[in-house]
Amino acid sequence: MKFAIIVFPGSNCDHDAYHAVKHVLGQDAEFVWHKETGLKGADVVVLPGGFSHGDYLRTGAIARFSPVMTAVRQFAQSGRPVLGICNGFQILCEAGLLPGAMLRNRDLKFHCEHIFVRVEQTDTPFTARAVTGQVLRIPIAHGEGNYYAQTDVVSRLEASG
Amino acid sequence: MKARVFVTLKPSVFDPQGQTIAEALHSLGYAGIGDVRQGKYFELELDAASPDAARTLASEVADKLLSNPVIETYRVEIDESERRSLKSES
Repeated sequence: MKFAIIVFPGSNCDHDAYHAVKHVLGQDAEFVWHKETGLKGADVVVLPGGFSHGDYLRTGAIARFSPVMTAVRQFAQSGRPVLGICNGFQILCEAGLLPGAMLRNRDLKFHCEHIFVRVEQTDTPFTARAVTGQVLRIPIAHGEGNYYAQTDVVSRLEASG
Repeated sequence: MKARVFVTLKPSVFDPQGQTIAEALHSLGYAGIGDVRQGKYFELELDAASPDAARTLASEVADKLLSNPVIETYRVEIDESERRSLKSES
């Protein structure tokens, strides 16, 4: 399986993503510069973490207009998997591929720590090898990690798992 | 022509920066200051034929890039003073 790792100016976890795909999962991985218009025949697209365009204006606000995002949008709309990590997730929100938006953390602090999440669903490509109820220890590092969406959007997300 | 665009968080969205500033002002003794909301301010130089066209253009870029409609609202002001001064010279 081939993974495309999108590189924006200011991405800094692109090599982490490459390492995870290539050396941990043992799959094919290729970097795709944000000015490119194709995804090199990838089966999975990863938008890695970092500070694309210096986080200017809003996190992910400028990266969403990168040429490669047209291909990412088509890829997602065709039902294929796109993984947005940290700044990559923020870009997907700004692009409208995910609902909601990210706000400055409530305490205004940059959070860099491990958190624990419990797996509720295992019928997704991202959790297929986990067990329901399993607790995962996940590292986080963000200044704008306060997810915001309108109440009805949150209810819809909750209802769909 | 110039446009000024003011972007602020929607009233329903919590603004921790504004709240921190308000608390700082209160600790400085400014009891008369209530809520503070922090926003962004943009000055755009526009090539537009009329104030209406300028407003349309500024609103378009505010919708598209300057603000995120999920969490923010914006207000546009058009400054015609530059255009007026050009007129008075002719």
